[in-house]
Amino acid sequence: MFKYFPHTSDDIQQMLDIIGVKSLDELYAEIPEELKLHRQLDIPSHKSEVEVRNIIHGMAEKNRILTCFAGSGVYDHYTPSLVPYLASRSEFSTSYTPYQAEISQGTLLYIFEYQTMMARLTGMDISNASMYDGSTATAEAMMMCVSASKKRNRVLISSTFNENVLQVVRTYAGFHGIDLVEIPQKDGIMDQQAVKDLIENEDVAGLVVAQPNRFGIIEDFTGLADFCHEHNTLLAVNTVASALGVLKSPGEWGADIACGDAQSLGVPMGYGGPYIGYLCTRNALVRKMPGRLVGATTDADGKRAFVLTMQAREQHIRREKATSNICTAQGFMCLYIACYLSLMGQKGLEQVNRQGYSAAHYMHDELIKSGKFVEVFPDKPFLNEFTLRYTGDDDIRIRMTEAGILFGVPTQDLDNCFTIACTEKNTREQIDSVINQL
Amino acid sequence: MNNVYYGKLIFELSKPGRIGYSLPTSDIQGYCIDNLPECVTRKNQLDLPEADELTVARHYTNMSNNNFGVDTGFYPLGSCTMKYNPKVNEEMAALPGFNIHPSTPNAMAQGALELYDELQKILSEIAGLSRFTLNPYAGAHGELTGLMVIRKYHMQRGDVTRTKIIVPDSAHGTNPASAAVCGLQIVQVKSTTDGTVDIEDLKPLLGPDIAGMMMTNPNTLGIFERKIPEIARLVHECGGLMYYDGANLNPMLGVCRPGDMGFDVMHINLHKTFSTPHGGGGPGSGPVGVRTGLEQYLPNPQVVRNVDGTYSTTNDDQSLGRVSGWLGNFGIIIRAYAYLLSLGRENINMAGKLSVLNANYIKECLRSHYKLPIDGLCKHEFVFDGLKDEYAGDRHSPDHVTTLDVAKRLLDYGFHAPTIYFPLLFHEAMMIEPTETESKDTLDEFIAVMKQIAEEAKANPELLKTAPHSTPIRRLDDVKAVKEPRFIY
Amino acid sequence: MAKVIEGLYYSESHEYVKVEGEYGYVGITDYAQGQLGNVVYVDMPEVDDEVTAGEEFGAVESVKAASDLFSPVSGTVVEINEALENSPELINQEAFENWIMKVQLSNPSELANLMDAKAYEAICD
Repeated sequence: MFKYFPHTSDDIQQMLDIIGVKSLDELYAEIPEELKLHRQLDIPSHKSEVEVRNIIHGMAEKNRILTCFAGSGVYDHYTPSLVPYLASRSEFSTSYTPYQAEISQGTLLYIFEYQTMMARLTGMDISNASMYDGSTATAEAMMMCVSASKKRNRVLISSTFNENVLQVVRTYAGFHGIDLVEIPQKDGIMDQQAVKDLIENEDVAGLVVAQPNRFGIIEDFTGLADFCHEHNTLLAVNTVASALGVLKSPGEWGADIACGDAQSLGVPMGYGGPYIGYLCTRNALVRKMPGRLVGATTDADGKRAFVLTMQAREQHIRREKATSNICTAQGFMCLYIACYLSLMGQKGLEQVNRQGYSAAHYMHDELIKSGKFVEVFPDKPFLNEFTLRYTGDDDIRIRMTEAGILFGVPTQDLDNCFTIACTEKNTREQIDSVINQL
Repeated sequence: MNNVYYGKLIFELSKPGRIGYSLPTSDIQGYCIDNLPECVTRKNQLDLPEADELTVARHYTNMSNNNFGVDTGFYPLGSCTMKYNPKVNEEMAALPGFNIHPSTPNAMAQGALELYDELQKILSEIAGLSRFTLNPYAGAHGELTGLMVIRKYHMQRGDVTRTKIIVPDSAHGTNPASAAVCGLQIVQVKSTTDGTVDIEDLKPLLGPDIAGMMMTNPNTLGIFERKIPEIARLVHECGGLMYYDGANLNPMLGVCRPGDMGFDVMHINLHKTFSTPHGGGGPGSGPVGVRTGLEQYLPNPQVVRNVDGTYSTTNDDQSLGRVSGWLGNFGIIIRAYAYLLSLGRENINMAGKLSVLNANYIKECLRSHYKLPIDGLCKHEFVFDGLKDEYAGDRHSPDHVTTLDVAKRLLDYGFHAPTIYFPLLFHEAMMIEPTETESKDTLDEFIAVMKQIAEEAKANPELLKTAPHSTPIRRLDDVKAVKEPRFIY
Repeated sequence: MAKVIEGLYYSESHEYVKVEGEYGYVGITDYAQGQLGNVVYVDMPEVDDEVTAGEEFGAVESVKAASDLFSPVSGTVVEINEALENSPELINQEAFENWIMKVQLSNPSELANLMDAKAYEAICD
C-alpha cells in the first residue's frame, strides 16, 4: 500500500482475472528476460511525508538568502500575494494543454489575456502563448528571421546581450546552420555603424538587439528599423519585460519581433526557473511564429470563447516543417503574468520602474562617492541596472556575500567590474548598509 | 467543474481609478525617471487593466471553475501520463530557501546544487545511463538537446557526414521537428502490421550518413519493441547512436531500463513520469541522460559533486554549448525529487506495473465495443481505431459517429477525452493512457460510460454529433478562429 | 465523387497543371481539396521564383492539417492567384478554377511524366 496507488489486492486480482494473466509480472511477459533488471533500483528508500519535508527543508536551509542587488536578466521584484495564491489552484495547474476547449476555458482565457497584455507592453500586434525563457526566445527569434526571409541565412546579434543568452543563441545557430555574426560593443553600446556596413553589403535576414543591455545601458535605436527594412532585414528587439512600462517599446522602435524574458513581471527568482520567455510579432508574420497561439472564436450557440488556433504551424501537424519544435512551453506562467499585470496596471508598473530607477541611481552615485568605484561607460542612460569598476584589490563580492549581500554580477569580459541592479524592494537602508561595508 | 460559462476578460472588468497593489513609499529623494532621454522612453499609452484585489481574485477563481484538471476528474490522455500531482511536491517547491537569484555564488547555493545532483543520480540509475543534465525545459527541448549531443559526438570524431536521423512513422511530430531544428534530415522507417519497427525496412536505410535513430519503447501504440536489441545493434554497427524518447518511460520504471535496451541518449519528461503538474502547457522539464563516454558533450553549465562533498557548477570545453539561461526549471526539479523520495526504491516499480494493469484492464473491458487494431498485451497505453462498425454506423452516412464525437460526448460525462487522431497509423485513433494513480472504481465508471456512449451512437447518433451538451460552452468554430484571427482583446 | 477534368495533367501528389501555350496553371485537384477539408490558408511562392518538377513550392493549410505542394512542372513563376490570399476557401468551392500559380514552362517535355484524367481518376478510387 502506498498513498499514490489506490489499488487494493482484491482490485488487482479481479483486474488480472479479466485480463487473463496470473500476476503483474506476467503483464511484461513479452519482454525478453535479458532486458529486464531483475533487481531493485539503487535509489533512496521510500520516505514518509515527514521525512521528505525534513530532507528538502534541510537542503533549502543550506542556501543562503542574500539581499539581492543582482540582475543580469533576473530581477527580485515584488509579487502581490494574490498571484501565487491564485496560481496554486489545481484546476489550472493539473490540466494539460487545452486541446479540449470546451472544458479548458480557464487556461485559454488567461493565455488570451496574457497575449493581449504582452502585445500591448511590446507595442506589437500579437504574442504567442509563451516560450521557455528569454534566452531560448531570443534563439527562436533568430530562427524566425531566417525562416521568414526564405533565402537568407545570416543573422546579426549585438554582443551587448548577457553572456548566457548569447551562448544559447550560439548553440542554436551552430546546430541549425545559421551564420550568426556578433556585433561588437563600442563604449558600452552596440556599434551601429558596424551593423549598417554589414546590412548594406550582405544579405542579412535579421538583426537582434538588447534593451537595456548587459551593462544596464539603455541603447538608442532611432532609425535602425527603417535602415533594416530598406534592406529587407528583420529587426528583433529583446527587452526586459518590466522595463517596457517606461521604455520605448519594440513596436515604437519599429521592430518586427519582440522577445525576451517576462520573469521581471513578478515571477519568483527560484534559482533559474520556471520563468517565461515571450515572443511577439506583427500580424503579417503570424505563420512564421513559433509556439502555441490562443484565438477568440464562437461556439455552436454563438458565445464568444477561446481555442488553440493556427496549429498548422506546429510540430504535431507539420512535423519537420514546423516553425519550431516547441510544444510544452511555460503556459502556466502566463497566469502569473496576467494576474500580476491585472493587479499592477500601468500605474503600478510605472511606480516599480520609478523606484528601481531612483534606488539604482542613488546606489550608483553613492558607490562613486565612496571613492572605491569608477565609471566604465560615463554618461550613458540607465534604468535600474549599471556597471562600475571596483578599484580595490580584494574580492569584494566574497566579502559582501559573507555580509549577506548579493553584490551584483561580475561583468563578463571587464576586469573587476560589477553589474548591479536595484528594484522597488531595495530600500535606502539596504543600500546605505552596502556603502558602509565597502 | 462548473457548467456555467464564465467568459469575461479582465479588460472587461477594468475601471479607471482602481489599483490592486501596494508599494512602499520610497525614502530615496533627488532622482527622477523623467530625466531619461526623451528618445528612449515610451510614448504610447500602456492600456493595462485597472482592478482591485477582490475583482482579480474572483475573476481568476471563476475562470478556474471552467477548467478541467487531474484534480477534477479522470484524464486518460494517451502519451501524456496524466498522473496525480502530489501536493507535498508543491509545498517543497515553494520553500523560501529555494527562491534565490540564479547567479548566487555556488558556496551560497549548496542545497540547491545538492538537490540537482541527487535527482541527476536517481535518474541515471532509473535509466541505466551514466549522467543527466536537468537544464532542458521540456520534452521537446530535451529531444533537441539529446540530438545535439549525438551530433556533437560525431563532429568531435570528425565524422561530419552523419546528417540524417531515422524516425519511425508512428513517432510523435515533435521527433522530426526537433531533428529539423538540430539541423538533421529525417528518414522515416515503416511499421509492420503489429505496430513495431519494420527491421527489413530499416536495414537499407543504415549507412555512413546516419547520425542515429529516435525511438520510444514502448512505442506510441503502447507496444513493447521486442526487437530492440537487434535494432540497437544494427544502428550501432553502422556508426549511429540510439536516442530514447522518454515520453513512454512510465511502464518501464524499475522493470527495464533504456540503457540496458541499448540506448545511448534519452530525455525524461518530469511532467509525465515523475508527477510534476502539466500547468496547462508547461512549465515542464526534460532532463537528458547519456551513457558513459558522452558525458562531456552535455550542455553547460553542469553540476558536479566535488571530492570534499561540496557542489560546483562547471563548464566543459567539449560541451555542445548552452541550451538554457540557467539550470533549467528548478522549481519542477524540486517537485520531481520530492516525488522520487516519496516513491522510493520499494514503490517505484509498482508505479509502472499498475499503469500497465490499468491500461490492459480498460482495453479488455472495452474491446467488445471499440475496434482494437493491435491485439496482445499493451504497456501503459493502447489505441482503439474508433467504435466498432455496428455502433458507428455506415461510414458514408452523415450520421456516422467518429472518434471526435465520442471524445466530445465523454466531456458530458465528466471525463477528459483520450488523445484523438494520433498516432496517424489509424484513421479513427483513440489513444488511452489511464496511469497508475486511478482506481479500479474510476476505471469501471469510465468503462461503463464508454459502453453507454457506444449504445447512444447506435440509438441516437445526433446526440453525439452535437456533443458536448453539459459543458460551459459548446463545440467551437475552429475555421473562424483561423480565418478571422483574433489573438488579442 | 471527386471531379476530374479532361485535358489537364495530374501528379500523384494531387496537383494539376492546365497548359496554355508556354504557360501552365498549377493548382490542387478537387479530390485533394475534399481530403483536406476547409482550406484556411495557401502559402504561395513569389513571382520570379524558380520551381522544379517534383519539388515543393508552397503549402495548403486546413484547420488541423497542412500539406506541402509539389510542382508538377519546372519553370518560372510569372503570376500567383492573389484572390487566394484573402479567400483561400475558393479552392474548396472550385479547385480547378482557382489555380495557385502560373508558371512559364522551361521544360514542356516533363508533361509526359504526368497522368491524364483517366489515369488520375483511377488512383483517386
